[in-house]
Amino acid sequence: MLDFIIKRFLQVIVVVFLALTVVFFLIRLAGDPTTLFLPPDAPREQIEEYRELLGYNRPLYVQYGDFVSSAVQGDFGESLRSQEDALGIVLSRLPATFQLAISALVLALLIAIPLGVLSAYKRNTVFDRIGVGLTVVGQAVPSFWLGLLLIFFFAAQLKVLPSGGGGTPVHMILPTLTLAAYSVARFTRFTRSAMLDVLRKDYIRTAKASGVPTMRLIMRYALRNSLIPIITLVALDLGVLLGGAVITEVVFSWPGVGRLLMQSLMNRDFPIVLAGVFIIALIYAIINFVADILYAYVNPQIRVK
Amino acid sequence: MASSLPQGEQALDQSVKPKQPSKIAEFFSNLSRSWTGMLGFSIIILLVLLSIFGPWITPYDPEHAEFGKKLLPPMTDGHLLGTDQLGRDIFSRIIMGARVSVIIGVATVCIAGLIGTIVGIIAGYFRGWIDIVLMRIVDVQLSFPFILLVLVINAIIGTGLRNIIISLAIGGWVIFARVIRSEVLALREKEFITSCIATGVSRLEILVKHIVPNLFTPMIILASLQIGTYIIAEASISFLGFGVQPPTPAWGNMLNEGKDYIFSSWWLITFPGIAIVLTALGVNLFGDWLRDTLDPELKGE
Repeated sequence: MLDFIIKRFLQVIVVVFLALTVVFFLIRLAGDPTTLFLPPDAPREQIEEYRELLGYNRPLYVQYGDFVSSAVQGDFGESLRSQEDALGIVLSRLPATFQLAISALVLALLIAIPLGVLSAYKRNTVFDRIGVGLTVVGQAVPSFWLGLLLIFFFAAQLKVLPSGGGGTPVHMILPTLTLAAYSVARFTRFTRSAMLDVLRKDYIRTAKASGVPTMRLIMRYALRNSLIPIITLVALDLGVLLGGAVITEVVFSWPGVGRLLMQSLMNRDFPIVLAGVFIIALIYAIINFVADILYAYVNPQIRVK
Repeated sequence: MASSLPQGEQALDQSVKPKQPSKIAEFFSNLSRSWTGMLGFSIIILLVLLSIFGPWITPYDPEHAEFGKKLLPPMTDGHLLGTDQLGRDIFSRIIMGARVSVIIGVATVCIAGLIGTIVGIIAGYFRGWIDIVLMRIVDVQLSFPFILLVLVINAIIGTGLRNIIISLAIGGWVIFARVIRSEVLALREKEFITSCIATGVSRLEILVKHIVPNLFTPMIILASLQIGTYIIAEASISFLGFGVQPPTPAWGNMLNEGKDYIFSSWWLITFPGIAIVLTALGVNLFGDWLRDTLDPELKGE
């Protein structure tokens, strides 16, 4: 098990490193950003001076080596716009993203688990059809459109909730709903199939035959035993939630990492883009790491592979 | 449901009949037994027809701005779904947007599918170091959220129809590589392949004659399930201001432009969204049906 953990941990480092490398070269291939900060008719000397100042006139491999050695120390350079530490800016936005992602995750689980349990227990009945139908439709609704619809109904029509921004609990309601809905469809499907697997087992039939009350049968016997696969699948799915968070943040002007990344891509503020990619890749890699360890713990076959 | 069947059946039958009438007939008799599959298929046919004949169906020029007629509500002045902030006809823009979605979905699935399949065959058939290297690349890429990867690539290499297809293909080939590799690995162990090896058939011949033909089913299943993902991803990215740029009508950028008028003109953000949902629903339903039909073992997950 320890071997497996160490191996997977090294993989985390490789993943984050490669993600940064690819983005670094993509950015440099797309041209150096100096021209974006100077007027189009700037004299050649001024452009050269600016490139020298920012170090863009050096050979690419030198720039890359320089980037790697400072990135290892957590230095991604300064924002090209605000001259503040790029990583610092990204980290300052992280709590807002976590707040949104965690509340959406909790809400999604609170809706999806009962729905999935009901759908599985009442298999092939109206409940199941509705449950399955919801997941099919839910997967076809893009989160940004759902966000727009919520803004339209609750902010534009009913005028009961703010359409965007952050700070108060009221501001959290619509973004949380949007992001949660994004995951409810998939979490319901996970729960349903995990429950169906357990409900097929002999001990459930035996328990049922010996007169265990339905509620107790579901909660104690079936759900408890299907929780581990559900948790694992949910953990493996958190990357999708993370991707959805970026879009949701933009729709609701939520002051998180996703919106910052979007703005920096628009402004071509590359130190922030690199720091943002670093943080997102790191979080995602850690989530996958934990999910894999969990999965290996539950399912010993994986460890051997 | 069955009433919409005969037309399509006839049309297809006439064109392909001389070769394999039984397969086409089998396809439709299977399809007619599943109303979800039928619904998905009908939506896809409608989309394809719209994207081919779009320019002849649109009542107005989708890119023609008329400031005197801006933000007209639906059903006024001959505009079925109203007009946008520049006075362009929304119905016409949605029809032409179908073409953009179909082009992007199909082109991406072809490019990503081709690259991924080739990589998957190489990795699965030749094994060894090349397999290890290729699969490590796949693992690394899969450990970054798909939509973010495509977004960052697209923002850096630039917007536009061609670049969004390239970005989506770079993000998408890995799934094909992984699935095809495992199919090839499974095929290699099958008796008909091992007996080929035993009787001295050349590696190339085994690959071309016996492995590749058996990959069509998983490829088609995966492709049909991935198209919906690509269409939604493109819409999301165009909504964020990258991807397909105005004035070219794409459902995503229509929603992006419309969101500034959310407090006054609901139709700007409503109809393009419905178009996206119906499309994704149709493609997913058809994909699910196809998977259940072609590969019954996977049915019910």
